[in-house]
Amino acid sequence: MTMSTPMVEIEGLSSVFRSAGREFVVHRDLSLRIEAGELMSVVGGSGSGKTVLLRQMLGLERPARGRVSVLGRPASELGAPGAASRVGMLFQHGALFSAFSVLENIAFPLHELRTLPPELVRDAAMVKMQMVGLDPSQAHKMPADLSGGMVKRVALARALVMDPPLLLLDEPTAGLDPDSADDFCDLLRSLHQELDLTVVMVTHDLDTIFELSTRVAVLAEQHVIVSGTPQEVMAHAHPFIRDFFRGERGRRAQALLHDSTKDG
Amino acid sequence: MTHTPPSLRRQSLPQGGAVVLQGQWTAAQLAEPSAWAVLQRELPAALQGSQAWDLRGIQRLDHTGAQLLWNSWGRRWPAQLDTLPAQRAVLERVARYTVAMPPTEHHGPVYLWERLGRQVLLVLVHLQGMLRLTGQLVLDLLRLLRHPRRGPWRDFSGHLYHIGATALPITALVGFLIGVVLAYLVAQQLRLFGADPYIVNLLGISVIRELGPVLAAILIAGRSGSTITAQIGVMRVTEEIDAMRVMGIARGWRLVLPRVLAMAVAMPLISVWTTLAALVGGMIASDLTMGVSPAYFLSALPDAVQVSNLTLATGKSVAFGMLIAMVGCHFGLRVKPNTESLGQGTTASVVVSITVVILVDALFAVVFRNVGI
Repeated sequence: MTMSTPMVEIEGLSSVFRSAGREFVVHRDLSLRIEAGELMSVVGGSGSGKTVLLRQMLGLERPARGRVSVLGRPASELGAPGAASRVGMLFQHGALFSAFSVLENIAFPLHELRTLPPELVRDAAMVKMQMVGLDPSQAHKMPADLSGGMVKRVALARALVMDPPLLLLDEPTAGLDPDSADDFCDLLRSLHQELDLTVVMVTHDLDTIFELSTRVAVLAEQHVIVSGTPQEVMAHAHPFIRDFFRGERGRRAQALLHDSTKDG
Repeated sequence: MTHTPPSLRRQSLPQGGAVVLQGQWTAAQLAEPSAWAVLQRELPAALQGSQAWDLRGIQRLDHTGAQLLWNSWGRRWPAQLDTLPAQRAVLERVARYTVAMPPTEHHGPVYLWERLGRQVLLVLVHLQGMLRLTGQLVLDLLRLLRHPRRGPWRDFSGHLYHIGATALPITALVGFLIGVVLAYLVAQQLRLFGADPYIVNLLGISVIRELGPVLAAILIAGRSGSTITAQIGVMRVTEEIDAMRVMGIARGWRLVLPRVLAMAVAMPLISVWTTLAALVGGMIASDLTMGVSPAYFLSALPDAVQVSNLTLATGKSVAFGMLIAMVGCHFGLRVKPNTESLGQGTTASVVVSITVVILVDALFAVVFRNVGI
């Protein structure tokens, strides 16, 4: 992989949903480029099409117009066998297979290759499980017995089990209490550095955005209105950015940003 | 991205054997059957007497590749190891986190004995659940009699439509075909004895008293019993039932009562409809095979089948309908919040409701053996 190929490249993307004869345009002429090693946050109001954008990158939705390529190949080809070695996805509610135990869930993509011996698959899954901060004694639990934070960790371990270079996260801290959310942020940051990952996340959580992102893309009016470092984005004049970043919550989170820039 | 399979090369150095690794040691590449077959041959051979390992030629080493090496080394660091810093970090993580598996439950003879006991207890739990559901239903029915205007009538009419009206085509088709097949087979036997006109008695009694109600009940159990379990089960999975409870809405009143009532009304109607379709099928088949005209068939039918048979069939159908709905609700409410449990609950609901229908039919046959024959 040469440095010039972006991880994700979206050009002139339009997403349109049709229901009951009416067209609903989510994206119009949207372009975005995500380079290797970035930790990109996609923010926007409710219904601005953040999750749809993520699903476009995964090839789960079809572009009405435009082009989405991931790792230099069209996103629609992602669903082929071995997809887990290219892209990992953390769904908002984990999407764990409820019929499988924690270990079987994590090992599933490796197991489905059908070649590697079970002991190797099991050991590799156990390593990933501990890398996301789960205790080996949790291995045989069923997803129904796990707390929300643990479900997210198991889902993250499953997304990472084949060491994909690109990790997509849908609301990684939604539904977690503040302590768990902070822990999860720390985990994401350390994994991003250690595993040399490119991360794209959709989030509402300002703390997460300021703590983790190297770049922020703001979705509004059906396209990316601005993308850049958190500071650059905040300097941009737009009603949504003013409301989103400079409200009460925004000021609190910015204090955090100033602290971290002083430290760094 | 170019795909280079993982490979290893052995070198003989003065101080002993050395192994040089190349290619992509990643899960996707290792799992290629051809690459894996080669490695399985060469890796054990390389382990014999090789003390020095050179990983610097590897293009990409992921955790699965590192795990393979670490396990091959017997979970110890080899005497001499040359790596790039990133590879070293991956190997160190694997070394740190590789642990023995936590033990799983053992399944000895005691476990099997205990499992038998658990299954017996489970049957008791199901019976207790059904009893509780029945009791609640009686209480809800009394409440409905006291306050008929506050009943869940909208739910009732919706279920009546989905259980009853939408089932008409399939029950008519199945009933008609069964009538045709039955008449055709019976005709062959009766002709041997020259007892052709008795086909009306045979078809009339068997279809009206037994086949019509039971056939309709089995079809509805498969069609609507499973729907009831799946609907209530999904409501449990998505916590909708908990939400109702928090709002102070009784689930027996809003979920069970309208379904049982709709089933109790729809089932006898469907049963009559299926019976009619089967009789029409039988009538056409008798006309074609034996020359028994529809006019004769219709005029002989009232003499052959007493009215009490109709009453019995309708009464039976009401019982079948209520039982199917209650079994469906019972299994739906027992679904645990995961997909596997939902599937198991739906299967169990259909199997149990069909079994219950046939058992109760046998009971009716014994109790009312003197009625209408």
